[in-house]
Amino acid sequence: MQKAVPLIFTLIILAALSFSAAFSIGSISLSLEQISIALFSSDDDISQTIIWELRAPRAYIAFVTGSLLSLAGLLMQVLLRNPLADPYILGVSSGSSVAALIAMATGLSGYWISGSAFAGALISILLVFGLSHRNGSWNPSRLLLTGVVIAAGWGAMINFILSTAPDKPLRGMLFWLMGDINNITPEPASLIVLVAGFIVTMLIARQLNILSRGDLQAIALGVSVKPLRISLFLLASVLTAFAVIQAGSVGFIGLIVPHMLRLIIGSDHRILIPSSILLGGSLLLISDTLARTIIAPQQLPVGVITAFIGVPFFLYLLNKNFDRNPVK
Amino acid sequence: MSLLSVKNLSISIANKKVCDSLTISFEAGQIWGVLGCNGIGKTTLLHTLCHLRIEYEGDVFIKNENIRQMKRKDIARQIGIQLQHSEDPFPSTVLDTVLTGRHPYISNWQWEDEKDLEKAKAALDVVELTELTERAVNNLSGGERQRVTLATLITQNPEIFLLDEPNSHLDLHYQIKLLKHFADYAKTHNHLLIMSLHDINLAARFCTHVLMLTGDGGEISGPVDQVLTAENLTRTFKHPINELMDSDKKIYIPA
Repeated sequence: MQKAVPLIFTLIILAALSFSAAFSIGSISLSLEQISIALFSSDDDISQTIIWELRAPRAYIAFVTGSLLSLAGLLMQVLLRNPLADPYILGVSSGSSVAALIAMATGLSGYWISGSAFAGALISILLVFGLSHRNGSWNPSRLLLTGVVIAAGWGAMINFILSTAPDKPLRGMLFWLMGDINNITPEPASLIVLVAGFIVTMLIARQLNILSRGDLQAIALGVSVKPLRISLFLLASVLTAFAVIQAGSVGFIGLIVPHMLRLIIGSDHRILIPSSILLGGSLLLISDTLARTIIAPQQLPVGVITAFIGVPFFLYLLNKNFDRNPVK
Repeated sequence: MSLLSVKNLSISIANKKVCDSLTISFEAGQIWGVLGCNGIGKTTLLHTLCHLRIEYEGDVFIKNENIRQMKRKDIARQIGIQLQHSEDPFPSTVLDTVLTGRHPYISNWQWEDEKDLEKAKAALDVVELTELTERAVNNLSGGERQRVTLATLITQNPEIFLLDEPNSHLDLHYQIKLLKHFADYAKTHNHLLIMSLHDINLAARFCTHVLMLTGDGGEISGPVDQVLTAENLTRTFKHPINELMDSDKKIYIPA
C-alpha cells in the first residue's frame, strides 16, 4: 500500500506528460499555451482543429489500446500462471486478424474491417474455450496448449491470405498486422470496455493474488477457482479483442508492462491493475507519437516502436533486478 | 457434536481404494496422525477432508454441516490445509504471502487492516522468519519456504488444521518446535489437528490418535496407546518394526 501511492502518482504524471507530448509534437508543433487555449476555449483557430480532429482522437486510441492490452496481458499471466503470457497467446488476435484480412482482401473498409475483426476474435475465443473446456478439466497447461495450437493455425491462414492477396491492399494488411493506429476513427465503446474491465478486475484483484499461488492453494483459501478462471479468460479475451479491432496486433505492451511493474512493486494485483492501465496507455501513446514523427512525413507502424523501446528497457530492468533482490 | 466427521467415506484413485466406508469422528482438542506408505492416499484423504477433492462417496461434515453444501469461503474459515507443494510464478514477499491467509475473512473490496498485519507478523514470529519479512519467496530455501507455508496457515487460523507432511525440508529444531506449536495450540484452543507424518516417533510423541491406511481401503484407527503397536505398524508399512521402551516412552525402529 505504501509503495502504491507514489507509483500511481508517478504514472498519472507520466500519462499527463505523454498526452501533452502527443498534442504538441507533429508537423506543426504547438506550445503548451496553445494547447491549453485550444482545449479550454472556444476560439476557432488552426491549433484547435489540429488537436481536436487529428491529435486527440489518435492519442485517445493509442492510450486506450495500450491500457486494454496491458490489463489483458496481466490477466492472461495470472490465468496461465506464466509470466511469459501475453494477450495474444491464446489466439484472440490471430483469429481476428484472419477475419480482418479477409475483409481487406475483398475490398471492404472502415467498420466492416473492425466488425470482422471482432467477429474473428469471438470465434477464436469460443473455439479455444470449447476445446479446452470439453472434458471438464480446465488447467492452465491444457488451455495454453489449445490456445497456442489454434493461434498457430490462424497464423498459417494469415500467411495464406497474405500470399494470395492482390497487391493493392497488401501494404494496409501488413500495417494492420504490425499494429497501426493510423486512419481509424475513435470508438467510445473501447473506453467503456476498459472502464468496465477496470472495475470488475479491481473487485476480484485479491482473488487474483491468491489464484497466482496455485489452484489448490486458492481453493483452500476460499476462492471458487473454476468460475474465476472462466471469467478471467473471457475478460482478458474481450479486452484483447477491443484492442485488436482498434489497432491491430501491437506487440510487447501486453507482455512487458505487467512484467515491468511486477519487477518494481511485486505481485499485488490491487496495485498492478491500475498501474498497468496507466503505464500501458502512456507507453503506447509515447510510442505512437514517435511512430508518426520519427521519419515524418512517413509513418511507422506503432508495433515497431513499442518493440524498440520495450526490448532494451525490459532487459535493463530484468538484469538490474537479478543483481539484487528480485522483488524490490 | 464433532468438529469434523466422515460417514461411509469411500475414496479411490485410479481404481485403487484409499478408504472404504470410513466412518470416524474427529473431536475438538484431538491430534491425529495419518500414517501409511507412499502413494497409499494420505494426501488424497486430507484433500477430501477440506473439499479440495470432490470425487468421493459418502459424506464429510464440519460441525454437522455437510461440506458439499458449504460455501468455499465458509469452509476456509473452518478448515485450513498446508499443502505439500507451493507455486511462486510471480515475485512476492514473504509478508504478502503470509497475508494471503487472511483472504477468507476479508470481503472483496476490503484491504487487509492492522489486525491482519499483526496476525501475519505473529505467525512469522512463530516460524522464526521475522527477519525475512520483505524477502522474495522465490529466493528462499526449501525449509524456509515450508515455514512460510506453515505461517500462512497459522495466519488463516481455522478451527481444523490439516498438515500434509509438515516436516518436509525442515531442520530438526523446526520439526519439533513447529509440531509442538501446532499441537499445543490445538489443545489449548480446543481445535483439531490432523497431519500426515512419515516419522512414527513424532506421531507417538505429538498425536493423541492415529489413522493408519493399510492399502486396499483398509484402515486402523484409534487412540495412540491402543493402536500404535509394532504389529499394526508392521502391517501398515509392510516392513517389520520393533518397539523399544525408553523409560516410559515407546520408541519404534525398523528392523
